[in-house]
Amino acid sequence: MADLTSNFIGIKSPNPFWLASAPPTDKEYNVRRAFEAGWGGVVWKTLGSEGPPIVNVNGPRYGVVHGADRRVLGLNNIELITDRDLFKNLDEIKRVKKDYPDRAIIVSIMVPCEEDAWKTILPLVEETGADGIELNFGCPHGMAERGMGSAVGQVPEYVEMVTGWCKKYYSKPVIVKLTPNISDIRKPAAAAQAGGADAVSLINTISSIISVDLDVMAPNPTIDGKGTHGGYCGPAVKPIAMNMVAEIARNPETANLPISGIGGITSWRDAAEYMVLGCGNVQVCTAAMTYGFKIVQEMISGLSQWMDEKGYESTEEFVRQAVPNVTDWQYLNLNYVSKASINQDDYISCGRCYAACEDTSHQAISMTSDRKFSVIDAECVACNLCVEVCPVENCITMVQQEPGVIDPRTNKVVEEKHGDWTSHPNNPSVFAAE
Amino acid sequence: MAHSTSSLGIVSGRLNDDLLNKNFEDLHAPLSNHEALVASDRCYFCHDAPCMTACPTSIDIPLFIRQIATGTTDASAKTILSQNILGGMCARVCPTETLCEEACVREVSEGKPVEIGRLQRFATDNLMAKNIHPFSRGSKSGKKVAVIGAGPAGLACAHKLATLGHEITIYEAREKGGGLNEFGIAAYKSIDNFAQKELDWLLSIGGIKIEYGKGIGSDINLDQIQSDYDATFIGMGLSGVNSLRCDGENLHNVDDAVSFISDLRQADSLSNVKVGRDVVVIGGGMTAVDAAVQSKLLGAQNVSLVYRRGKEDMSASVYEQELATSKGVRIIYNATPLEVTENGSSLDVKFGYTESIKSQLKQTGETFSLPANQVLKAIGQNLSNQSDELKIIDGKINVNEHGQTNISNIWAGGDCAIGGDDLTVTAVAQGRDAAVHINSQLMK
Repeated sequence: MADLTSNFIGIKSPNPFWLASAPPTDKEYNVRRAFEAGWGGVVWKTLGSEGPPIVNVNGPRYGVVHGADRRVLGLNNIELITDRDLFKNLDEIKRVKKDYPDRAIIVSIMVPCEEDAWKTILPLVEETGADGIELNFGCPHGMAERGMGSAVGQVPEYVEMVTGWCKKYYSKPVIVKLTPNISDIRKPAAAAQAGGADAVSLINTISSIISVDLDVMAPNPTIDGKGTHGGYCGPAVKPIAMNMVAEIARNPETANLPISGIGGITSWRDAAEYMVLGCGNVQVCTAAMTYGFKIVQEMISGLSQWMDEKGYESTEEFVRQAVPNVTDWQYLNLNYVSKASINQDDYISCGRCYAACEDTSHQAISMTSDRKFSVIDAECVACNLCVEVCPVENCITMVQQEPGVIDPRTNKVVEEKHGDWTSHPNNPSVFAAE
Repeated sequence: MAHSTSSLGIVSGRLNDDLLNKNFEDLHAPLSNHEALVASDRCYFCHDAPCMTACPTSIDIPLFIRQIATGTTDASAKTILSQNILGGMCARVCPTETLCEEACVREVSEGKPVEIGRLQRFATDNLMAKNIHPFSRGSKSGKKVAVIGAGPAGLACAHKLATLGHEITIYEAREKGGGLNEFGIAAYKSIDNFAQKELDWLLSIGGIKIEYGKGIGSDINLDQIQSDYDATFIGMGLSGVNSLRCDGENLHNVDDAVSFISDLRQADSLSNVKVGRDVVVIGGGMTAVDAAVQSKLLGAQNVSLVYRRGKEDMSASVYEQELATSKGVRIIYNATPLEVTENGSSLDVKFGYTESIKSQLKQTGETFSLPANQVLKAIGQNLSNQSDELKIIDGKINVNEHGQTNISNIWAGGDCAIGGDDLTVTAVAQGRDAAVHINSQLMK
């Protein structure tokens, strides 16, 4: 039986599944339910400075991109940080941590970009006994207009500066949560590291307009006829987030910086993918908001089964395992040749492969009058589109062409040795270097 | 309650009204909005889709389903109706399990086709509920066309001709239009007077007049019509009923299944429809199944459907056969009627077992008898009121690929013409295509 216990920057939890800082972790009642359901940790919803509480809109806060059967594919929100009193939150954090000493509790914080503001709140947080803090440099809506959230995360110098203050006034681990609303994610990650961060977490939400109400001519969710951009999350953002995670993990400068992965994690498999790309643990929000806290049970059992099947005894064994295989396009082997192959036993004659290839690709699939489809090797560039649009899994596969055979498309022999763009004769810089 | 399922003879009110109403509810409940979205998402939008090829009216099924999925059901309905103006009825009565849904690639791969019939009904019902008629009458051509029969073929022909600007008069022998949609199919396939609603909706295009109570041969004659109109389309169906060709056929309570269904469809209340305690239906088509199932639903205690060939030869689909058995109908295959005899106030039907030897049906010599209060014959219909000039082949009016008969200004389609296979959808296709050809001839 695999051991799921997690030790992320010294913070221990019974499993690597934490709830992200978001509505599900806004108060004691929810967090207790989460722990009872089995979550390894929570990042408590972002606290702001002492004073009059934050106000939220009184109209709708969320919007969703639905798939079939109203499956939630993407979620957009315009909710701000906690709108509850600072001291009420702090009391609750203290109580819950005391009752659940084996679970991780991280406190998310967002206060103005002034040293005094951080200096004031950090001792209060330290006093709760929470295991660490996460700096909310990510929220793209509302608070960013006030110079906080993503407004800080978009300026690497500010990230480094504020991280430095936190390390100065707080003794436990500091995680910096990054905004994806930036052109090069490696920069704020490096800045966080330079400021002394123990880890980064990413991604926060992506600036988004989820949909437009064509009757009132305004973005959804619409508040009295107007809408504003929100933060996008859920399964739809996972590919974007994983690329950002991998960019940081494979950047030599930040290769040793621990990462907590966030963005559309809905199943154990999503979690495993993030972890092999460099994350020590993962954080979840939209899946819990869609299905409730119970989903963690599937994540736990699924990851455990997969680890058993693969022979991993602890999560550390597979973290970062895929990082060496994430590379730049220029290093991909151009001598690797494959061809699509249609399994004539599996196919159902829908013809989607044909339509896709004939209309939008390389005219490499033939169709007979009795709806038999086959690949024309002399035209197939192995683009994979037919594989992906085929409704039957594994009906169409990509078959590697053995070295030594002739590729009927190019009439060239498939070479065994690696050959990439850096040495390709069509690459002008190959000659420039000579 | 006056009677029960076990009451002797042929009586009404074997079941109470609640049960009767429940029994005759919609066979397939309409899809809700959400169900339609889920069902439509299952369509793969196949290239050159097999379902479309399987549809006699060639409805662009992937397109109409995608239009449902994207929230434009009016456009979806127009896609359907532009190919099949009776798309609403066909969505209810088509044996989709042997047409589009049988060809669906998901039937091939999973045994669960996209629910094309129910989706079609969703789209067309939505449009008709809004009382939208998405077609308009073409500019007047000055040509007059007569249509004989207000059934599916005649109506489809008339509607298409109206869109092309012609003036149409339909002569209908009965006092109501709709043909078999109104008189000939099981009530649970067309609830809430749908056939008449669809007829009214179809006529709203304008330019179509119906003269009821005008049967060809009796009230009107073809020669007169030919001289009064620029073209004529015959879609009069098959009004004769084939005989059993066995002794006792003329005994009291040996009835035509077609009349039984027609009476049931036209009844003011199901509680007034009479049915025997022991009903024997003879035949193997949809009419036989519709008669047998409805007898059972009316409260008959024992309903036997006897067919002279095997299960696989039955023209009613496997789905229809299973529907019958699920309602409690007993199906006896490979038995042919020998004679009907009186037994007190009841009847006895004697059958001989059959077997197929090299596709020749032979009697085995073994016999059995079934007691019956009511025998319903459903062994096919035939053309009556034949005209001397029209060429008839195998009991049906001969037509070419355009639906044109041997008389150049007369076209025919639906069950009365060759090529019709007793389906509403085929009749619609023939009526529609004949209209296109009529137009091309008239506008030369």
